Amino acid sequence: QKVSVEVLDHLEHLALVDFRDSEGVERLQKAIQFADQLHEVNTDGVEPMDSVLEDRWCLYLREDDVTEGNCTKELLENAREKVEEYFVAPPGNIPLPKLEERETFLQGS
Amino acid sequence: KTGFTLKVSAALKEGRVTPTELCQRCLALIKSTKFLNAYITVAEETALKQAEESEERYRRGQPLGILDGIPIAVKDNFNTAGIETTCASNMLKGYISPYNATVVQKLLDHGAVLLGKTNLDEFAMGSGSTDGVFGPVRNPWSYSKQHKEKSVPKSHSEDEKSGWVITGGSSGGSAAAVSSFTCFAALGSDTGGSTRNPAAHCGVVGLKPTYGLISRHGLIPLVNSMDVPGILTRCVDDAAVLLGSLAGHDPKDSTTIQDDFKPFELPNLTDMSKLSVGIPKEYHAPGLSSEILALWSKAADLFKNAGAKVVEVSLPHTRYSIVCYHVLCTAEVASNMARFDGLEYGHRSDMKDSTESMYAATRREGFNDVVRGRILSGNYFLLKQNYEKYFVKAQKVRRLIANDFVKVFRSGVDILLTPTTLSDAAPYMEFIQEDNRTRSAQDDILTQAANMAGLPAINVPTALSERGLPVGLQFIGRSFQEKQLLTVAKWFEKQVQFPVIQLEEVKRHDSGVFQHQKSAAFS
Repeated sequence: QKVSVEVLDHLEHLALVDFRDSEGVERLQKAIQFADQLHEVNTDGVEPMDSVLEDRWCLYLREDDVTEGNCTKELLENAREKVEEYFVAPPGNIPLPKLEERETFLQGS
Repeated sequence: KTGFTLKVSAALKEGRVTPTELCQRCLALIKSTKFLNAYITVAEETALKQAEESEERYRRGQPLGILDGIPIAVKDNFNTAGIETTCASNMLKGYISPYNATVVQKLLDHGAVLLGKTNLDEFAMGSGSTDGVFGPVRNPWSYSKQHKEKSVPKSHSEDEKSGWVITGGSSGGSAAAVSSFTCFAALGSDTGGSTRNPAAHCGVVGLKPTYGLISRHGLIPLVNSMDVPGILTRCVDDAAVLLGSLAGHDPKDSTTIQDDFKPFELPNLTDMSKLSVGIPKEYHAPGLSSEILALWSKAADLFKNAGAKVVEVSLPHTRYSIVCYHVLCTAEVASNMARFDGLEYGHRSDMKDSTESMYAATRREGFNDVVRGRILSGNYFLLKQNYEKYFVKAQKVRRLIANDFVKVFRSGVDILLTPTTLSDAAPYMEFIQEDNRTRSAQDDILTQAANMAGLPAINVPTALSERGLPVGLQFIGRSFQEKQLLTVAKWFEKQVQFPVIQLEEVKRHDSGVFQHQKSAAFS
């Protein structure tokens, strides 16, 4: 019933947020317990609903005309690290350290 | 026609008051009610400039409409060009929007004066407006004569620190701003009840429009399939005025319907015999205070005695709405919050080892517990092994909930009458005893289903509780039938004559303009 450390670790990798402490893990446990109530409902033959507007609204496409843009300066304004017209990121393709090597609360589990 | 904006608009046209005077009075009132913590940013300079421009238009006899010169406030999860937009989070502290949300632009195009950005729960996650980085919002009614009279006298210092009550949330700042007269209307957002809940606790009108009626472009999203901009005002007529200037298709938001929207004025209902009001029995939820139950019953009788048909109806899946919301909301949040990585905007960590570690550190530093909790839960429900079991399952239950409403409206019912909240506003010290998720689950129970089904709903302040605090009732209408919804709400508002808040701060700054509002309530 309890979520395994492997799954918790996997979630931290996927979400790129941390559980921080036992309260964080407990919060997830309670959330799952709460969500399990859904299984009391009989949904045989029921289609999943993506949008309440499914009947009235067809996702439409518009003409491929440029209507706005040329706002490089505004877009770069809020970035902390930039060079010329680039956003600067630290090196990519480096996976997060494994559980044993990472500084995470989950290490103790 | 008794809308306050209409009265003030007339006063502005006749020159009895000027837009700059109005703006200055509101700014002064914001300063003297600072302890409410309703505003995160007060845009004093730009507001005065807008007021001056409005004044020039009135001088030339060319006002842009009813809203020209009217001071308004906007919840801090709407983008406002040149003004900080924080969502009450460290993640966006210092973020200056490069553009206006469509609804903000529309208000400005109508000449409204933007006073500032209001406080909320971080990223609109919460039902108390207590979980933002700028601190909690205090309900103005905590300081009202009506509440103080009913409070057990404590020692002066104790009362100052611990006695105040919450606004509800997550649009608490907007509700408090409207309730304390610092603006004539405010924008909120509503995903699970975030406009109606604080409206009920603060004694103001809170309208959640039909999903697809008002553009979400520029509203920092929580749940794309449920979010709507909300409208908070002191009377139903004002809500209609605001709706008139905001509704309609937006090419920048593909989830807005393409139908033409025609702004409307609200008629005065005289013939109630053609109206059918439904009372959903499942809304007699566990924990509903006996006070509110009695008020709800009294309201039903009010309609009956006026000649309307009042029937008990059933929305059998109501109690699963909150569970369904919990799964769908966290799933969409997990997706929506993925944009915050520190690269293009917002907070950025100093971590430089790798892209992923920078993202992780940024998000670790930028988000509070509530936000992180929802992201992690959402990711759990979206895992391959859980997707069908939780996410798709919730989507199926959503259809059942939406169908419940369709069935009831098809049976001849025009409008539903329900309570908005389980009780009046809780004292802050009591509210924070439970965690955010538990509170949200408890408090959203009566408001959430309308978001699930995309229906329009409105809170109308009804009466004061035994503690001298506001209690509201909710009307839920048919899809895109805002005119009918607001017409009935207006009739009800007239019947109940909800009292005006008596605040010391307001008395000090009182002017002829504010007198208009107070007397209008009794006209």
